[in-house]
Order: sequence, then C-alpha cells, then structure tokens
Amino acid sequence: MDAQVATHEHAHPGPALYLRVAVILFVMTALEVLAFEVSHRPSMPLHELVQPLLNEILIILSAAKFALVAMFYMHLKQDSKIFSGLFVFPLIIAAVLIVALLLLFSYLRLLHPAA
Amino acid sequence: MSTIAMGHAGAEAAPAEKKGLWSWITTVDHKRIGILYGVTAFLFFLLGGLEALLIRWQLGAPDKTFLSPEAYNQLFTMHGTTMIFLGVMPLSAMFFNYFIPLLIGARDVAFPRLNAYSYWVFLFGGLVLNSSFLFNAAPDMGWFAYANLTSKQFSPGLNVDFWIIGLQILGIASLAAAVNFFVTIINLRAPGMKMMRMPMFVWMSLITQVLLLLAFPIITVALVLLMLDRSFGTHFFVPSGGGDPVLWQHLFWLFGHPEVYILILPAFGVVSEILPVFSRKPLFGYAAMVFSGCFIAFLGFGVWSHHMFSTGMGPMADTVFSLGTMLIAIPTGVKIFNWIGTVWGGSIQYKTPMYFALGFVAMFIIGGLSGVMHASPPADLQQTDSYFIVAHFHYVLFGGSIFALTAGAYYWFPKMTGRMLSESLGKVHFWLMFLGFNLTFAPMHILGLNGMPRRVYTYSAGMGFEFWNAVETAGSLILGFSFLIFIWNILKSLKSGEVATADPWHGATLEWSIPSPPQEWNFAVEPTVDGRDPLWELRRARGGTLPEPARVSGKGIHLPSPSYWPIVTAFGTALTLVGFLMHVTLWVILLGVAITMLGIFSWAFEPADH
Amino acid sequence: MAHDTAHALHPPTATGLDTRKLAIWTFIGSECLFFATLISNYLVYKGESLVGPLPHETSQCMLHGQMTTCEPIFEIPLVTFGTAVLLFSSFFVVLALNGAQQGNRKKLIGWLSATVVCGLFFIGMQVYEFYHFYHKGLGYTTNLFGSSFYTLTGFHGTHVTLGVIWLATMLVLAIRGKVPPEKSLNLEIAALYWHFVDVVWIVIFPVVYLMR
Repeated sequence: MDAQVATHEHAHPGPALYLRVAVILFVMTALEVLAFEVSHRPSMPLHELVQPLLNEILIILSAAKFALVAMFYMHLKQDSKIFSGLFVFPLIIAAVLIVALLLLFSYLRLLHPAA
Repeated sequence: MSTIAMGHAGAEAAPAEKKGLWSWITTVDHKRIGILYGVTAFLFFLLGGLEALLIRWQLGAPDKTFLSPEAYNQLFTMHGTTMIFLGVMPLSAMFFNYFIPLLIGARDVAFPRLNAYSYWVFLFGGLVLNSSFLFNAAPDMGWFAYANLTSKQFSPGLNVDFWIIGLQILGIASLAAAVNFFVTIINLRAPGMKMMRMPMFVWMSLITQVLLLLAFPIITVALVLLMLDRSFGTHFFVPSGGGDPVLWQHLFWLFGHPEVYILILPAFGVVSEILPVFSRKPLFGYAAMVFSGCFIAFLGFGVWSHHMFSTGMGPMADTVFSLGTMLIAIPTGVKIFNWIGTVWGGSIQYKTPMYFALGFVAMFIIGGLSGVMHASPPADLQQTDSYFIVAHFHYVLFGGSIFALTAGAYYWFPKMTGRMLSESLGKVHFWLMFLGFNLTFAPMHILGLNGMPRRVYTYSAGMGFEFWNAVETAGSLILGFSFLIFIWNILKSLKSGEVATADPWHGATLEWSIPSPPQEWNFAVEPTVDGRDPLWELRRARGGTLPEPARVSGKGIHLPSPSYWPIVTAFGTALTLVGFLMHVTLWVILLGVAITMLGIFSWAFEPADH
Repeated sequence: MAHDTAHALHPPTATGLDTRKLAIWTFIGSECLFFATLISNYLVYKGESLVGPLPHETSQCMLHGQMTTCEPIFEIPLVTFGTAVLLFSSFFVVLALNGAQQGNRKKLIGWLSATVVCGLFFIGMQVYEFYHFYHKGLGYTTNLFGSSFYTLTGFHGTHVTLGVIWLATMLVLAIRGKVPPEKSLNLEIAALYWHFVDVVWIVIFPVVYLMR
C-alpha cells in the first residue's frame, strides 16, 4: 500500500496536499463571508477599512480559490502546459468579455443618465 | 526522407465497399460524413440561392407586388440565416471532415461517433428551421434578430421561435464538431508533422475551431435569454421591464463578428492550398500566414461593436472599436500579399480551381476595402442599413467564401469521387459566376451610396434606383444559371467523367499520396512527414514522377464500428429543443431528454471496437 | 505493415496527451464563455430592477397582490454552507481518483460516494433556496434581478445535476469493479468536469451573493 502511494506521489501529489488545499479553500471562503459581514455592519471592527474594498477583497480571494482548484485538483500544475493554455486562454477572453460589457454599459448610462 | 507508401507490393483486391442507406445512417467514416455534409449543405445552399432569386425578382423593377412585404421579410431573413448556418458553415465542414484527417495523415477524426452526431444534429437543425415554411411562420426579423422587434409584442407568431430553436440546435452541432476537429488536429497529426509543418488549410481550420468554441457559447446564452423573454415572460431585452435591447446587439455581435471569421478563415485555407499547387511554388510566407490568421481571430473578438455604431455608443467606444477594426486590415493585407507572392513568378497552371482561387483573391480585396471604409463611424453612419453594406458583405461572403469553396470543390472533387470534373464546363461556370456575381453586387455600392435602404421590399419609381436594380436582377439570373452548369458538370462527371489518378494536380500534401477516392482506412501505412510539402519532396527525391498507389486489402487495419446511437442521440437532442418551440411542451422535452440519455449511455457503453 | 497495424489500435498521439482528456479540456474552455456570458448578463442588469425584491436591500415589492416592503432576498449562511459542501466535494473526488489510480477500491467507492452525496446536497440546497426566495416574493419574472439570478444559478445547477449523474454512473461502475487503475482516466475526466463546475461556483458565490 505505502509503496504504491509513494510511486504515485510523483505523478499526482497525494492526499496530504489535497487536504491542505481543502483547508485553505475553506478558510478563504470563511474570509469572504467575514469580509461581507464586516462591510455590512458598521459596529464590527475594521468596518471602515473593509467596506470600500469589499469587491476587491472578494475578487482576490475568489481568484486565489479558483487558481488553487485549477492547479491542484485539476492537476494543471504538473500536467501538460497545453491543458493550462486550453483553460487560461478562454478565461482571458471571458474576463475581457465581462469587463468590456460592464464598461460599455456604465459608459452608456453615464452618457444617458435619464435612461 | 518521408515515408509515404507508394505503389507497394501486397496489393490485393479491396473488399466490397459497404453499401445501402443503413450504411450511411450508421457511418462513422469521416469521408462519408464529409460527403453527407457536402450534399446536405449544397441542397440548403441552393434553397438559399432560390430565396435570393425571389428577392431579386421582386426588386427587379419598382413597385412590384410579386412578393408581399411579409413574404419578403421571411425570404431575406431565411436567405441570410440559410447561407450562413446551412450553406457556408457546413460546406466548410465538408472540407474539415473529408480533408483534415487526410491532410494530417490520420485514419479518422478523434471521435468518429461524435462526428456522426454533429452531422445528424446539423441536419435536424436545418430541417427544423426550414419546417417553419410549412407553418407559414418562417423567421422574418433579419438574421441578426434585433431586439425588441423580436419581443412577443412585435413578433407574436412562431417565426422568431423557429429561428431561436433552429439556431440553438445548429449551435450544438457546431460545438460538438469544433471540439472534435480541434482535438483531431492537435493530437492525430502523423509522425513528423509539427504544428509549423501543417498544411495552411489545417491551420486555418484549427483557428476556426477555436473561434467556434469561444463564440458559440455566447450566442447560445443570447438565444436562451431571448427564448426566456418570449416564452417565460422575462424582460432581458424588453425596456418596459428594465431590460436593454442593446444588450442583445452586444451579445449577438460578440458571436456574430467571430462568426464572420468562421465563414472566411476556411476559405483562406482552401485558397492557400490551391495557389501553391497551381503556381508550382511553395506558399509564400508560411509563418506570416499562420500568425496573421491567429491575429485576425484574436482581434476578431475585440471589434464586435463596429456593427453597432448607429446605436450611439458614445465617442469613446466608437473610437476604440473603429481603431480595432482598422487594425484587422493589416493581417488581412499580409495574407493578400502572401497569396500574390505565391503566384508571382510561378509556373501557373490555368486549371479551373486556380481560376476560382484567383477570382477569390480579387473579389475579396474589393470586399475588404469597402469593409475598411465603414470601420470609420462617420462613414458607417452614412452606409449602414443601405445596399452599400449588402454589397460589402456579399463581396467577402460570396466573392470570398463561396469562390474559395467552389475552388476547393473543383480541386478536391477528383480525390472525393475518383472522377475529374470537366475543365471546359468548369471554365464556363467560372466566367458566368464571375460575371453574374459582379453584375449582381457591384451596382449595390452605387445604390447604397445613393441611399437605397436594405431590408425594404420595394422602392418607388423615380428614385433613380430602377436601372441598377434591373442590372442586378439580370446578374443574379446569370449567377443562378452558372450553378446549374456546376450541377450538370458534377452529374456528368459522376456518370462518365474521366477517371482521376491519385494525384491529378501534382499536389504537395498527403491526400494525393493515396488512391482516389481513398480507401476506408485512408493510409495503409501511417505516413511520416519531414517537411511542409511532403509529396513534392518525395517527387523530387524520386526524380519527378511518383508511381500510382495501389488499392490494398486493408486486412488487419482496425477501424471504428458503425453505430446508430449518434443519430438516436441527435434526434433526442433536437426533440428536446423542439419541445421549447411551441408554448413549451413538457412531454416533448422529457421524451427528448430520455432519448438523449438513452443514446448517450448506449453510446458510452457500446464497445467502440469489435 | 504488421507493426503499423498494431500501432493503429492505440496510436500514440502527436502530443502524447490522451485524446479524451484533451477533449474535455477543450469543452471546459468553451464552457468558460458560456458562464461568462451569463455572469455578464447578471452584472449588466445589477441594480437595474424596476421593482423589488432586491438582493441585499429592503425594497418595495409586490407580494400576494399588494405592494409591501420586502426583506433582502439573500441569506448568506445557507449558501455559504452549500458552497463549502461543493468545495469539499471537489476535495473528495480527487481522493476518489487517487484511490482509483492506486487500485484501492474501498477508497475509490467511499470518496466517490461522498462526492455524489455532496453534489445531491448542493442541488437540494439550491432547490430549497429557489423555493424560499419565491415565497419571499422573488418570482422568475418579478424583476431583472430575479430573472438573471435564477437563469445564472439555474444553469449552474443543471451542470451540477449532469455532473452528479456522471459521477453516479462512475460510482456504479466502480462498485462493479469496472474502474481499475488502467481505466482511472475515465474518472479523471468526470472529475475535471466536476472541478470546473466547482470553480464556476467559486466565481458565482462572491460575484452574485457577496459583492456590492
């Protein structure tokens, strides 16, 4: 059994690493919700600091979670770079699409505030 | 040295070809699926052409009542939708299917059954879309389906629903095929065929698949949102509920602009195969051709809003999209100069495929130049919605894609059928098509700049539109007639055409190293490649002549078994979506899902090899 | 010739990568654009609803045929729990794959079952959430928020459902002993799809439920 685990350790990182990633993912999710709660309750500590930065905090945390799952659970870290490319290139186009549409519509609403 | 089997010993009588309707329904052979795509798409193409002729007949003289406004709207909508989704795209798919495996030295595509599934879904999608004529409810809002003309309020009939569901089904076919061809090109290349040795048609096909993969999900979502608006009462594109019709335009053109390159890049690839062969020179600037293709595709995702200048996006957005659009002229120009460079100084063979390929280059330059004109918003505001735009996109879609695809048909027909097409009829076809095309579409530039609006079913006498419209209608009849000659040529050749050798044109690529038509397994021996023009290298090494490859028995060559699950699954897929067509019929949807699931599971657990 | 035909059975690929794995990655890449468009639709219409209820604010809305003040729709604790469950299911499926690669059937079946249960729980959470939101006044066509929220999360839920069916099929095969180490790639492909569904939720959760 142990020998088998050792041979596979090389191809795919073992359960210990997966558990560490799971814990980090869990903590980051907790941090996301915490940031949300802090920003919505003026009575909580650090409210002034977190409140204006909520969206930025959430984007950074969720991007980090995304990257962790992709790298370790989807094995992109040790798999072929071709797979990474097949994921990252569409992600770039997808991000550009979302940002471009948001910019276009906020610009449009700036030009025509009445509508 | 390339190892390409040529006329080896061990030739035995080939086993009897599989025959009969059932063998076509269950086929998973990429060549047969390619032929199915070709025949189906050509029939749809003729239907779309007939629709165009009716439109032209109506516009041949002022104040005609040959077509009612309603019929006219249906015909121009179905003409555009048919030519794009059922004509040019699947005609390109015919070449993808038949020739990508041959050009990269593979025995089939990566997923033969998925390939059959794509075809059947495409066929059902085309039939659903066109069945709208039977209900007198053909789509009538233009192929772009601008909101809020498509809202239930302004389009209460089933017309728009047929369009939504038809396109949704066709989108599934395109996506499945795109995954398949992408993986095929990346993974099934013969030993030695590095990416930068692939034939240019394969490169352009690869880029096209990337565009399909990234653009079709966008229209899928847009169509879903529109369907929800119409059938479930949401307000995504309905202003009274806070929705914004302009979002539809953005989503549509986010798909629609890459779609333009989906239509033209395969044509670029076909021409890039033909020009070198008939100039007896390698393709000029191979790497520049590859990178300009990638650059066009990449930029193609950032310029969609140039279709929307007249919506009033504001000076900032107009400027960005205008500059991006003008930028695309650079890689396109690179391609055109490379084609000219390929022909330049070559030992030109004046064969029919070459005529059409050269016709493509000339016509595409005209279409490209008028395209740069309306990249400028002030010019576009004058030209948009006029016949100038109609002239522009017919010069790139007909003068571009159709000329190139016809060139490809003449070029590869001998390989696909084992018969030569008649050169003399081919040249008559070319000159009539060239003449008819220019008579039909060149005057549209003038009419457009004189203010004739598109999508209007007639015009009044005395507007100054009569003369050129009459010329256009005459031209369109010549154009239509030229295709009758093409059909005659095909039928005559199939019946009694000159038998084609394996390599009638002295081609450079792998498909010419095997018998015409190829045997089921394509390559009896897996070829090895060590250059961009493997057959020319072999020919040079052998002192100029190549022996005719023998047909072999193929004993021991492993091929995927035929299967009827692709057509069953495709039927289930189409049925599921048809359930959303008429007031959302739940039992149809559930039945469709059940058939689809049955198909997928049977397919997954069907032994792929016997 | 004999050598060649032997090769033809399992030809080595040009990249050395498995063809089906390449296909699922290609498909996942394509799906990115599908969800990006749905997310864009949600974000473009954020704050554009003409009537309530709204995600985080109390608002005027129509409930039981009369205008009343509606509570904010989102309730973060439940969806946080669902999010955690989905994240853990990703963890569980890599353990199951690990078991499959080692030929450890017990590990494979145990963790794969846990994954399927988590997936079912997530679907249940979503169904309950939809039902609950509906009774708080957010119908499918009530406002743009409702339509775009239900459409986005509904399509994600559909993907979760397909993933559960796929993984449940793998579980049945595993129980029948049909997922030996040399066929562990079949599970790896299903797992890749499952992780993708998970990362989409990693984006949806903050963007839809938490952001201002």
